[in-house]
Amino acid sequence: MSAVRLARACLAASRRPLPLARPLHTTAARSSDALFVHRDTPYNNPQIPFEFNAENLKRAQEIISHYPTQYKKAATIPLLDLGQRQNKGWTSISVMNYVAKLLDIPPMRVYEVATFYTMFNREPIGQHFVQVCTTTPCMLRGSTEILNTVCSHLGGIHPGDTTKDGKFTVVEVECQGACSNAPMFVVGDDFYEDLTPESSKKILDAFASGKKPKPGPQSGRQTSENSAGLTALTSKPPGPGEFCAEEFR
Amino acid sequence: MLRLSSSSSRRLLNAASSVVRTVESRGFATTGARRADITLTVDGKEVTVPQGSALIQACEAAGASIPRFCYHDRLAIAGNCRMCLVEVQRSPKPVASCAMPAMPGSVVFTNTPLVHEAREGVMEFLLANHPLDCPICDQGGECDLQDQSMRYGSDRTRFHEIAGKRAVEDKNLGPLVKTSMNRCIQCTRCVRFANEVAGVEDLGTSGRGNDMQIGMYVEKTLASELSGNIVDLCPVGALTSKPYAFHARPWELKKTESVDVLDAVGSNIRVDSRGVQVMRVQPRVNDDVNEEWISDKTRYAYDGLRFQRLTVPLIRQGDRFVSATWEDALNAVAQGLQASGAKGDEIKAVAGALADTESLVALKDFINRLGSDNLTTDQPRGDEPPVHGVDIRSNYLFNSTIPALDKADAILLVGTNPRHEAAVLNSRIRRNWLNTQMEVGLIGEQIDAIYRYDHIGTDLKAVDQFVAGKGAFAEKFKAAKNPLIIVGSAVAEHADGAAVFKALSTFVQKNKDRLLTPEWNGFSVLQREASRTAAYDIGFVPSTKSKGVKAKFVYLLNADNITPDSIPENAFVVYQGHHGDAGAELADVCLPGAAYTEKGSTWVNTEGRAQHGRAAVPPPGASREDWKIIRAVSEVAGVTLPYDSILTLRDRMWEIAPSTVKYDETEPTTLDISAAGLASMAGLSAGKASGVPFRKPITNFYQTDPISRASVTMAQCTRSFVDQANIADDAKLAAAQTA
Repeated sequence: MSAVRLARACLAASRRPLPLARPLHTTAARSSDALFVHRDTPYNNPQIPFEFNAENLKRAQEIISHYPTQYKKAATIPLLDLGQRQNKGWTSISVMNYVAKLLDIPPMRVYEVATFYTMFNREPIGQHFVQVCTTTPCMLRGSTEILNTVCSHLGGIHPGDTTKDGKFTVVEVECQGACSNAPMFVVGDDFYEDLTPESSKKILDAFASGKKPKPGPQSGRQTSENSAGLTALTSKPPGPGEFCAEEFR
Repeated sequence: MLRLSSSSSRRLLNAASSVVRTVESRGFATTGARRADITLTVDGKEVTVPQGSALIQACEAAGASIPRFCYHDRLAIAGNCRMCLVEVQRSPKPVASCAMPAMPGSVVFTNTPLVHEAREGVMEFLLANHPLDCPICDQGGECDLQDQSMRYGSDRTRFHEIAGKRAVEDKNLGPLVKTSMNRCIQCTRCVRFANEVAGVEDLGTSGRGNDMQIGMYVEKTLASELSGNIVDLCPVGALTSKPYAFHARPWELKKTESVDVLDAVGSNIRVDSRGVQVMRVQPRVNDDVNEEWISDKTRYAYDGLRFQRLTVPLIRQGDRFVSATWEDALNAVAQGLQASGAKGDEIKAVAGALADTESLVALKDFINRLGSDNLTTDQPRGDEPPVHGVDIRSNYLFNSTIPALDKADAILLVGTNPRHEAAVLNSRIRRNWLNTQMEVGLIGEQIDAIYRYDHIGTDLKAVDQFVAGKGAFAEKFKAAKNPLIIVGSAVAEHADGAAVFKALSTFVQKNKDRLLTPEWNGFSVLQREASRTAAYDIGFVPSTKSKGVKAKFVYLLNADNITPDSIPENAFVVYQGHHGDAGAELADVCLPGAAYTEKGSTWVNTEGRAQHGRAAVPPPGASREDWKIIRAVSEVAGVTLPYDSILTLRDRMWEIAPSTVKYDETEPTTLDISAAGLASMAGLSAGKASGVPFRKPITNFYQTDPISRASVTMAQCTRSFVDQANIADDAKLAAAQTA
């Protein structure tokens, strides 16, 4: 091996993320890229006021009434969700403080909940929140390609990023429970299933132009029925009275 | 028949929820009453424990030592460290003994190969993310993780971390607790302590899994009077003491068991010293007083013992002090006494908060021998006989005793803020409030309490209303089985003090069946200064005729809470004490005494419990034990006191007040005498109500006496907790200091 090739091989090795010297213990613990402490920023600090609007306040009271008064804190999660929806899809420190005040619990109890659950976004997100499922069933059905397509189609962003125009945020998520229609992603509250790179692009384009494509399987099949066509119950179902004696028709 | 229609069941539910509305947000489950005993076998030994005990307690009772990190017998059970795994017969897996109730008849093994393997495995996981920085860790030598990994851990590692260990940023909890969060093993003891005992519900866990961390999520300091205890609770070096950081190793320290004197609770402490310096103060377990907590002032004010000390006798010459020999100083006192021409009550003694019982007795004898009864204290109205009188102890003691706070089911606080006057005692009120339906009412200035309370009013009018049975809290108080009235020491210093004592003692007399029974004494006075109870016990109070006499000779014994205008002009002033504080400034002669860590002396707490304080270090320079100084002064003044040793002095104490030498005991007042005491207070002439609201006597918890006023740590605490200085500025300041 020439010196140049050796050097190149070394370079290639150093570019690898982790040296494979100890094959038994190579997976290092992966930390979340989210922060678990709050930092005051101009867009997220306790001085920014937040309050439920009249409609949400009514809803909040309805939610609180579901629980016995001494277990009012059980309403923490639904109220945080309500707050997140009102606050453009993310839970700011003001939302958490407001929920704590509403439920009469120390704010730390709310912070604990909000930092535990990954569906509470503690940083602002884009207008459309694209959550691409990459858990095993979706991965086997090509979710890696879908994720790559989504990321590159939105201007080469990475999972966790928001596009420059603030329209899309893409994240990788774990199983959404739509495995029979894998691969899938979620935009806002709607599932888009049976995706291909083409249909993914189409959906994103539609959202970009302000339209809302029809949620559900994009392959044209009904929910999760057999995509190769029905194998049973294919004939016309018998109508009323068919096979009955004449007098009962 | 059994099925309810949905509307009626909802009505039932609503009714139920309106009943429990009062417990809203207390949040913690109640502990049931003590139940029958059960018997089980641990390592072949039969052991009987109360039903409901944790398995770990049963194992302890059987003499088996179980390693643990998260379990602490004074905190709620978390069960998250898994170190206390034991084998239970017919259980498929090892069980966490702290979270497992002891069951009758179960057979437990704590010393089998399975248990050893389990402990070793748990230890391996705990160490996976724990940095190997023991040599530079302050916990080294008293670290549970270090000790237990030596005892139970594996002797080699299988982890070869490639990306390093978990890294967590340190938190700024203020000037007392230093954090090194990489070392945290997430036992959550500190979180449970802060939430349950200290009542600052700001500490918690944020994040999940490998990213979980202890903190407050937002940036703020841990504002509690008990925050130092989380340093003791932390089983690793994640939370260590900031003032003590890198000062000493535990094995270098001499440990002296003593008593705290910075409030009147009499917390049991251990003074750790090296050479002539007190390095730190740690709590000592005493279930009847402080359990195992101490307040931050108790723990961290020790650096005040190094600064502003009086180390040599000083004599005033013009506007400055000149150091002198003891002989010269004592002669100067004798000459001053003679030259002042003071006769009888014109000779005045003022005792401060940090005067020990021995020196109080000596000073009283000395002043009495000079023909004076003018024995005053440095509190407001200290130069008048106290309104409650001192003839009957139950009139000024915390009669219910401190442990009874757990049994009370309604507490009325009058003119007191226990959080600042007795922080450790206050945590008992909180525990009771959390675990039971106990109600607290307050008459006086609003306080920032660690429990909710009904604010009844701020002045005498509110007391009268309460006594008349008006108001919501009075109703609750009426329904209580073990009601407790806690009167603050500041009430006796108030213009309406006599009226308050009169009203309340009449109330107690009327409700004798609940407030004054053989089992329960519901009238308690909370003293706030360590020497006050002893002063009352030995009769260190002025007589009625000495009131208003213009003093010509004033002897200040640790009296630092006095105002300069309380000392008449041209009077000859002697100050005896250990710090150059307010009192020394006024003196003509300063006699350097010993601080509480430097003398063996007696302290009587607010319950009337006499306790031994022991000398941990010698008094600095030429300073001497206080009673010896007074003995010497008496000799040069020509009225020699008849005791030459501490033992004969204690014999004298036994003569005057036997309770002051019955150590570690609270002597309950009998019913008849208590009743007589109440009768004497009920007969007080109240005079015209001033209508002045009751004020909190302590505005700054961290600086109440010469020791804490001289302490740098307490000054920093004042800055960040009382003045609420921006902690970001503090961080900058710290960075500038280290740079």
